[in-house]
Amino acid sequence: MADTLLSIRGLTKAYPGVVANDDVSFDIMKSEIHALLGENGAGKSTLVKMIFGLVKPDKGEMVLDGVAYAPGKPSDARLSGVAMVFQHFSLFDALDVAENVALGMETPPPMRDLARQIREVSENYGLPLDPFRVVGTLSAGERQRVEIIRCLLQNPRLLIMDEPTSVLTPQEVEILFQTLNQLKSEGTSILYISHKLEEIRTLCDEATILRLGKNVGTCTPREVTARQMAEMMVGASFATPEPKAGEKGEVLLKCDHLSMPAPGAFGTPLREISLEVRAGEVLGIGGVAGNGQDELLMALSGERLAPKGTIWFKGRDVSRDGPIRRRDAGLLSGPEERLGHAAAPNMSLTENAVLTAARRKRLVNNGFIDWGKAKGFAEEVIARFDVRTPGPGVAARALSGGNLQKYVVGREILQAPDVFVVNQPTWGVDAAAAAAIRQALLDLAAKGAAIVCISQDLDELMEISDRFGALNEGRLSPTRPVAELDIEKIGLMMGGAHDMEVAHADG
Amino acid sequence: MDPVLLVASIMVSATPILLAAIGEMVVEKSGVLNLGVEGMMIVGAVMGFAIAVTTGSPVLGFLGAAVASAVLSLSFGLLTQYLLSNQVATGLGLTLVGLGLSALIGSNYEGQRAPSLAKLDIPGLGGIPVLGPMLFAHDFVVYLSLALVAAVWAFLKYTRAGLILRAVGEDHESAHALGYKVVRVRMLAIAFGGACAGLGGAYVSLVRVPQWTEGMTAGAGWIALAIVVFASWRPLGVLIGAYLFGGVSVIQLNLQAAGTTVPVELLSMSPYLITIIVLVIISARGAHGAPGSLGRPFHAAS
Repeated sequence: MADTLLSIRGLTKAYPGVVANDDVSFDIMKSEIHALLGENGAGKSTLVKMIFGLVKPDKGEMVLDGVAYAPGKPSDARLSGVAMVFQHFSLFDALDVAENVALGMETPPPMRDLARQIREVSENYGLPLDPFRVVGTLSAGERQRVEIIRCLLQNPRLLIMDEPTSVLTPQEVEILFQTLNQLKSEGTSILYISHKLEEIRTLCDEATILRLGKNVGTCTPREVTARQMAEMMVGASFATPEPKAGEKGEVLLKCDHLSMPAPGAFGTPLREISLEVRAGEVLGIGGVAGNGQDELLMALSGERLAPKGTIWFKGRDVSRDGPIRRRDAGLLSGPEERLGHAAAPNMSLTENAVLTAARRKRLVNNGFIDWGKAKGFAEEVIARFDVRTPGPGVAARALSGGNLQKYVVGREILQAPDVFVVNQPTWGVDAAAAAAIRQALLDLAAKGAAIVCISQDLDELMEISDRFGALNEGRLSPTRPVAELDIEKIGLMMGGAHDMEVAHADG
Repeated sequence: MDPVLLVASIMVSATPILLAAIGEMVVEKSGVLNLGVEGMMIVGAVMGFAIAVTTGSPVLGFLGAAVASAVLSLSFGLLTQYLLSNQVATGLGLTLVGLGLSALIGSNYEGQRAPSLAKLDIPGLGGIPVLGPMLFAHDFVVYLSLALVAAVWAFLKYTRAGLILRAVGEDHESAHALGYKVVRVRMLAIAFGGACAGLGGAYVSLVRVPQWTEGMTAGAGWIALAIVVFASWRPLGVLIGAYLFGGVSVIQLNLQAAGTTVPVELLSMSPYLITIIVLVIISARGAHGAPGSLGRPFHAAS
């Protein structure tokens, strides 16, 4: 067909023990936004890597605009007009925007011309960006712009986007969609990978759904409901979490004008954060990445000690207590970064269980680790949270992102915390696993725990929170019951519009 | 003491460390920590000496030293980059191998004298009073080392290859995702570092001393490593560090010769101590800029 840009025919790729892609075929038309949907481990990443030349297929072929296409390396793909924006940005923090862009190009012009081109493209597509800023100082949305502009400068025919909206505010998502639609109207095709079904319905023309490495169907997203697509993805219906309107108990965790300096050159200071969470309550904290989420979690977990009198747990000042004492008391936390922060990548799941649960689950006797008990606990987490792994002896690094996430969140929940602070509990997790994690959080709250859930997924926060607040440049907006809110108001809270109210109150 | 002679001998004394340090800086900028500088220097010293004595040509000696140390460094590259051995342990091993190997090769050459390397006669400049004999009456290696610092600076700052090298050292996963050959870039950097260390070593045995004694580099490789870190991976910092070390070394030797009351041990210690103190002060303020992937093993996951 003349209108087909990329035709994928029977692509197959097997890794030891698992077939990542099994005879996958579909077509991407010219000027089409084509969605690629699937659970974690469904084979989306492998498929995209084959299209981008990072992985060689075992079998099958691709035809790009009528010509056989078999990229041996990413630069071949780029020369053929295929560009890719990665989920985990492939950017270099210590280099500036122009240098980062130059690294992604085959034959970059001299730096000065490049800087001018970056300015031009960024203005054309409404993506403002200073070419000489150091990337480490940019927000997630701005980093994504760097990636996109890097691709656009090469006039791609096919732009691959891997979960582009997972770190953006609603406003930033809107700008991105405008950009993508503009590209589409100029004749560029886009392969769009996302978990967010509503997004796909608003943006995409066609969708291909992968399950366990196989193409299980295509659909026109506008004509089906999000739920139908999700069911095709999962292959079975999954339960939507049910929030309950139970009675809230006493205040378990309280922050009183918590201010802390930024932890490093690229961090955010916390400014006058006050919040209260009651037993049985879920407090959702939204905000664009890099507005103090990590810093707030570190302050609450005890990783960084807060000034005296700013953090109260069950009426006791715990500001100067370290993480171990807070854990002993029942204040547990789960950081965002799975590998390296929540779990030690090269240690086994059992060892990782000991790292946080040693004292609360009594996995240590007289200074010696009770390995039998530790293994039992790890197995309990694996069973209760449906972690797909050969066993507890496997290294944390070997688990897929979603499975490890289930493990690290489950590990904390099974320690029966009184207060659980968690950052991005379902980041990069597929719909079914995300629903299970949210349900586990709600169950925990139903048992009388107080939960602080920091997340950039607003739908998630709306779903599980009783009250909502937003972080902006290290300030927390006043928290409000979610019933009073809609997406637009939240967007304004995230953008820092609450500052105006404060100004009124002061003056 | 004659200031002309002093400055001239400082330049001679700093050159081996400058060469080794600028090479190691490039290696570390690519994300590899090669602790084998001392071993590569001493192998360069003995190979350079042996070749120069055999052929009678010091220039061939320098060339041979650079090649020999580069080959040695590639063994480190093979182990760490392809076989993913631990960089710290392998680097330390490389130093031990280098020391042993050089003693073996050098045993026949003890007590011989190296053919002397001609001073580069720069027309016009050499004739300037005071400055001429101070700065412009050296052999070509001194100027080569200074040119190398400038070249490395320009290479890292202005060229695309330099940008790729920095990117590989900053975040090898991202560089790989963009399609750059992480391992190849690192192997080239390692070989360059080896060649520089070899030149530095050969300068010790052919010009500075100039004869072969076992273990004659006497920790210069280690000080080069320290200079790279405290210079915050900047060429200018490496230059300052190397000349500072060379300067203090020469001055303390002169003080020893003059017979001061300060204990000899303290004087011998002083170049190491002063260089490190000064560089710590320099690096205490301002950015440190350690390459993000420094010392981390890279394994290209599919």
